[in-house]
Amino acid sequence: MNKPVDALGENAGIPRARSIDKVNAGLKRRHAEERRFKFYGRLAIGAGILFLALLFTSIVAKGYGAFVQSYIKLDVYFDPQLLDPEGKRDPQQLRTADYGALVKASLRASFPEVTGRRDKRALYGLVSNGADLELRNRVLADPAIIGSRQSLWVLADDEVDMLLKGHIDRSVPETNRRIKDNQIAWLDRFAAEGRIEKRFNTTFFTAGDSRDPELAGIRGAVAGSFLTLIVTLALSFPIGVSAAVYLEEFAPRNRWTDLIEVNINNLAAVPSIVFGLLGLAVFINFFGIPRSAPLVGGLVLTLMTLPTIIIASRAALKSVPPSIREAALGVGASPMQTILYHVLPLAMPGMLTGTIIGMAQALGESAPLLMIGMVAFIVDVPDGIFDPATVLPVQIYLWADSPERAFVERTSAAIMVLLVFLIAMNALAVVLRKRFERRW
Amino acid sequence: MEHVETQLPTPAFQPALLSGVEVDTPVQDSVRVPRSATVARDSRDTIGELRVEQPRIRCNDVNVYYGDKRAINSINLDIGRNEVIALIGPSGCGKSTFLRCLNRMNDTIDGCRVNGDIVLDGVNINNNRIDVVPLRAQVGMVFQKPNPFPKSIWENIAFGPRIHGLAQDKEELDDIVVTSLKRAGLWEEVHDRLDQPGTGLSGGQQQRLCIARTIAVGPEVILMDEPCSALDPIATAKIEDLIDELREQFTICIVTHSMQQAARVSQRTAYFHMGDLIEVGATDEVFTNPRHELTEDYITGRFG
Repeated sequence: MNKPVDALGENAGIPRARSIDKVNAGLKRRHAEERRFKFYGRLAIGAGILFLALLFTSIVAKGYGAFVQSYIKLDVYFDPQLLDPEGKRDPQQLRTADYGALVKASLRASFPEVTGRRDKRALYGLVSNGADLELRNRVLADPAIIGSRQSLWVLADDEVDMLLKGHIDRSVPETNRRIKDNQIAWLDRFAAEGRIEKRFNTTFFTAGDSRDPELAGIRGAVAGSFLTLIVTLALSFPIGVSAAVYLEEFAPRNRWTDLIEVNINNLAAVPSIVFGLLGLAVFINFFGIPRSAPLVGGLVLTLMTLPTIIIASRAALKSVPPSIREAALGVGASPMQTILYHVLPLAMPGMLTGTIIGMAQALGESAPLLMIGMVAFIVDVPDGIFDPATVLPVQIYLWADSPERAFVERTSAAIMVLLVFLIAMNALAVVLRKRFERRW
Repeated sequence: MEHVETQLPTPAFQPALLSGVEVDTPVQDSVRVPRSATVARDSRDTIGELRVEQPRIRCNDVNVYYGDKRAINSINLDIGRNEVIALIGPSGCGKSTFLRCLNRMNDTIDGCRVNGDIVLDGVNINNNRIDVVPLRAQVGMVFQKPNPFPKSIWENIAFGPRIHGLAQDKEELDDIVVTSLKRAGLWEEVHDRLDQPGTGLSGGQQQRLCIARTIAVGPEVILMDEPCSALDPIATAKIEDLIDELREQFTICIVTHSMQQAARVSQRTAYFHMGDLIEVGATDEVFTNPRHELTEDYITGRFG
């Protein structure tokens, strides 16, 4: 240990050596503290990553199956007697013909030994209800196939699909199974003949909701979410940014603006379902906007995201250095010009981040939309903001509630789609920020 | 380890700690030349030549309040045409506050009130009916910290002329940019990179860019708030030369902490102390022959 040899230090009454000893003595504790803090931080991040990984693994493991779908090959005879007895090829007649009978005939032809009424019904249950539609579309597209015999791949029933994907255990006693032993035997024969195939599930991306899992898709929910978000963005971004600019740059500081500020902060913490009730009372009951429409959904979500956007935008405006404002004002720019040319471009990255966070929140929100009827079972894909629609999170909620086994994987698949959209939005936020970012 | 006693400061250190605070007792200083000041320290009346003939700006009884606190007490001062007037004084004496009254920049500060008359070319500008936009085009300002816009050099200078509609087309605007840069002595250094960000220049270049930006608007008065405080001596010298050239066309009012700078660039000097204007006069008069004891203390480096 150094002895205090510095005469000057001693004379001036500054206890140099003693200080350094004390510093050295405490050094070990300080380093330990730092190491501990780093360790806690890593622990927290590690735990976060672990749970995220668990979440993703579980969702992907459950949901990836929904992206493939079982198909059965049937030899269908397009019987002119059934489809077009008068031979006029009248579209109206063709549209309303009994295509189900063709499917049934084809199945009976494959298994001539099946005779009993109950057995027949079990046999018909192997293919989806959507098979009829598939045949109808074929005929309407090309009426020339009437009278011919065609090999067609049609959708298997959802329970069959579950069996083929291994979600139904064959060793379970028959009475506890949705799919019976004789059906399994038929399917095994189909499989042996190469008449069963798994294909990419395009239906999932092109169809609206359905009671039959194999026919259900998320296109309706995606379109609904998209339209709802468009309405939300179109309203909340301009309103939020102008409110923030006014409050931050123009409004005088007085009791009224204080009150407004407190209220905005409070609104950010209001449970979202309350906004749904407000939307129900004001937009639907008072203004008479149609229920379940993306317009109402967008209005409600606008109310919900506005506080987030306003708060983020005000923070972004506050972070613009005052020297920039002074510089602009100093050359004689009006307050509006100062804000438009100099303050807003600098605040834009922060504002965009706030907006995208708000939008992501709106995309994932379901509670307020339940209140305004977007939870309805809607098969059609919405074409505009006045059509009835549902949104992705509500679709997930609806499917999670459905009893069919096949909806389990569709629920997870829909969650994946939602996550993809969220990640895409965040990526967009990063790209926009990079583009607008300026250094000074 | 050896125990070392903490020693109390010896009495010899005490005056050093307390000097400058004791205003009443004259400081013992054998090197000092005899005093020229005749006005006692406790006098707060302005002495010297407040008024000039045909002033550009005439201030009558200007007071500034920040909330309840009075920052400037009843200032009367004329700023003449084509002169450089230096405002000097210790930190917090109100010189910057006074400067910012002259183009109403104090409007941007919450809770700041200015009263009194500030007459620019016969018009009282300290009046709510006066539009600050043309005022600030007429009275430009250069700030303490160089603050170029985070845009290209060209954009930095073109912004002012464009918002005021000083140019009919792009060519005229280009002309203004080039002339302003030449006037500010920056053209040689930046002519080949006008599209580069102004924030990429060195500190001294940035400050000259700010001066170019100010003169691009064609002001008649330029206010400079310690324009060289963030710059090295070489950049400072360049800006001082520039101020000297600009004087031919503009009236310049400069706040500075450097007395050498005030002596070099200004024709008149005003000394502020705790919100009071203490002494005004021709620069060489004030520096060689101060009449107020506070002024003398300050310029001889006894406090401040």
